[in-house]
Amino acid sequence: MIPLSGDLKNAKGIINENIESNSIIHGTSTLKRGFAHMLKNGVVMDVTAVEQAQIAEDAGAVSVMVLDKLPSDVRKAGGVARTASIRVIQEIMDSVTIPVMAKCRIGHVYEAKVLAQTDVDMIDESEVLTPADENHHIWKWDFTTPFVNGARSLAEALRRIEEGAAMIRTKGEPGTGNVAEAVTHIKKVNDELRTIKSIYDSGDNQDLVKIARDFHVSYELVKETAKLGRLPVVNFAAGGIATPADAAYLMSLGCDGIFVGSGIFNADDAKERAKAVVLATTFWEEPDKVKEAQKMIDERQSMLGLDVDTLELRMQERGSTA
Amino acid sequence: MTELNIGVLSIQGDVSENVSSTQDALKEFGEKGTVSTVKTPEQIAKVDGLIIPGGESTMIGQLSLVNGSLKKIKEKIEEGMPVLGICAGLILLSKDAKDRVIGEIDQPLLDLLDVQVERNSFGRQKDSFETEIAMDSINIPKFNGIFIRAPSIIEVGEKVEIISKFNEKIVAVKQDNMLGTAFHPELSSDISIHRYFVNMIKQAKRD
Repeated sequence: MIPLSGDLKNAKGIINENIESNSIIHGTSTLKRGFAHMLKNGVVMDVTAVEQAQIAEDAGAVSVMVLDKLPSDVRKAGGVARTASIRVIQEIMDSVTIPVMAKCRIGHVYEAKVLAQTDVDMIDESEVLTPADENHHIWKWDFTTPFVNGARSLAEALRRIEEGAAMIRTKGEPGTGNVAEAVTHIKKVNDELRTIKSIYDSGDNQDLVKIARDFHVSYELVKETAKLGRLPVVNFAAGGIATPADAAYLMSLGCDGIFVGSGIFNADDAKERAKAVVLATTFWEEPDKVKEAQKMIDERQSMLGLDVDTLELRMQERGSTA
Repeated sequence: MTELNIGVLSIQGDVSENVSSTQDALKEFGEKGTVSTVKTPEQIAKVDGLIIPGGESTMIGQLSLVNGSLKKIKEKIEEGMPVLGICAGLILLSKDAKDRVIGEIDQPLLDLLDVQVERNSFGRQKDSFETEIAMDSINIPKFNGIFIRAPSIIEVGEKVEIISKFNEKIVAVKQDNMLGTAFHPELSSDISIHRYFVNMIKQAKRD
C-alpha cells in the first residue's frame, strides 16, 4: 500500500472552506496522491486536439495529456516549446469525461498557475517543453492542483516529491518511439530502492543519512521510502512507448501505469493502437492477451522512431541536476 | 466455518488499497479468509463478495466488457453476492449515469443499482475534498469522506436506502446486497466500511 501522508505543514495549496455547516478541505496530499491512485494500471495518452482526446477516451485511456505538439513533433519543430493553448485545453475538458492533464515548462510557475486556473486535473512539469528555470522546479506545495514530474533516478524522484509532486513518471527519451531509456530509468530506480531498503532493514541509519546527503533530499523522506521499498507516490512509465508490448514490458518492471506520447497519434493506426496499448497494459500478466493486443497493430504503421545515441536534443537531461 | 473468499476487481484503479483495507477488516474479525485481485470471469466466479474500486469508470466498464467479466459480475450480484462499489464502482453498479458537464454518456453499466448517478458531481480535481460525513443507519456516525472527482446520486428508486448525504447530495446508498459510496474508504485509515462490507459477506454466506 502506498502511503498518502507526507503533507507539508501549512502548504499554500491546502484550502479550508465552509459550505453551509460543513467544513471541507482541498489540496491535501491524500487528495493529490489519491487522484494519481485512480489512474493506476491505466494509460494516459498525449493529445493535441479534441478528436484525439475522444479517440483516447473511447479506447479506454484513464486520462489525456494536452500538449501543443506531440514530443516527436517538438523535436522536428525546434524552437521554444511552451504550454498548449488554453482554448484547446478547455475544448478538450468540455468534450471528455476522463481527467485532463496539461504540461507546463520546468520551473515556469505562471504557466502552472494558468493551467491551475483553467482547472486541469493534473499538471505535468515536463522536460518535453523548454525549461524556464534551469535551477529550480516549481514549489508544488503552493498548488491545490496535483503535479506529476519525470525522473531518471531515485534521487531525482525524491527531489520532486519533496517539492510536492503527487506522482512520478520515468523520463525515458520523449518523442523517440524508443523504449530503451524508460527501461533504463525504471530499472535504475528499482535498483536504488532495493539498495536503500536493504540499508533500512540492516538498521544502518548513518548510511541512510549519507544517501540523503548524496540525493540532496531530507533524511525523513529517504527513510520513509527505504522503509516502504517503493516510491511513496504512484510511479508511471513514460518516454518512447510505441507498442502494446512496450507497455506490457514496462508494467512487468513494476510501473503503476503508462504514459504514451507520440507513440499513438504519430502512428498511422492510432485508433486501433490506442485500444491495443490499453489492452496490453490491463492484461500485461497474460501473454496471450498481450499477443492479441500486439496483433491489433501493424508494425509498418508504427512511428519510425529514433536511435537515442544520435539525438541532438536529450530532453531527459533537462532539469535533472536541480 | 467456511473461509470467506473476497475479490477486488483489478482491471484498473485503486486495487491494492482495497485489498489491504479488507485484509485488515478480516483480521479484526478474527475471520479466516482470503482477499484476492480478480479480473477474469473464472476468478470472479469463485468469490463470495466483490469490491469494484475507484478508478475510471469508462475504462473499467469497457475492459471488463471485453473479457466477459462484466457479465459474470452481473450474474453473481443477481444471485445475491454482496458487492461494494466505490466511486467508479458505484457508477458501474448504477442503472443510469450522466456527466455533470457533458450530459448523457454511452458507457457500459451493470444496470443493477436503482439510482441515477451524476459523474464529476462536485467538479474537477481542484474541487476534490475531504470532509467528515455520517452513516448513522449502518452505525458509522463519523467517517473521513475522501471525495476525488467524485460522483453523487441524484435520483434513487424505492428499494434504495440512503446511507449518507453531504450538502444535500446523496453520497452512499444500499440496495439489498449492493453497497455504494461516492467517496474512497480505502484511502482512509478507518476500515469501518470495509468491516461493514465483510459482515455483509459473512451474513450472505450464512444464509
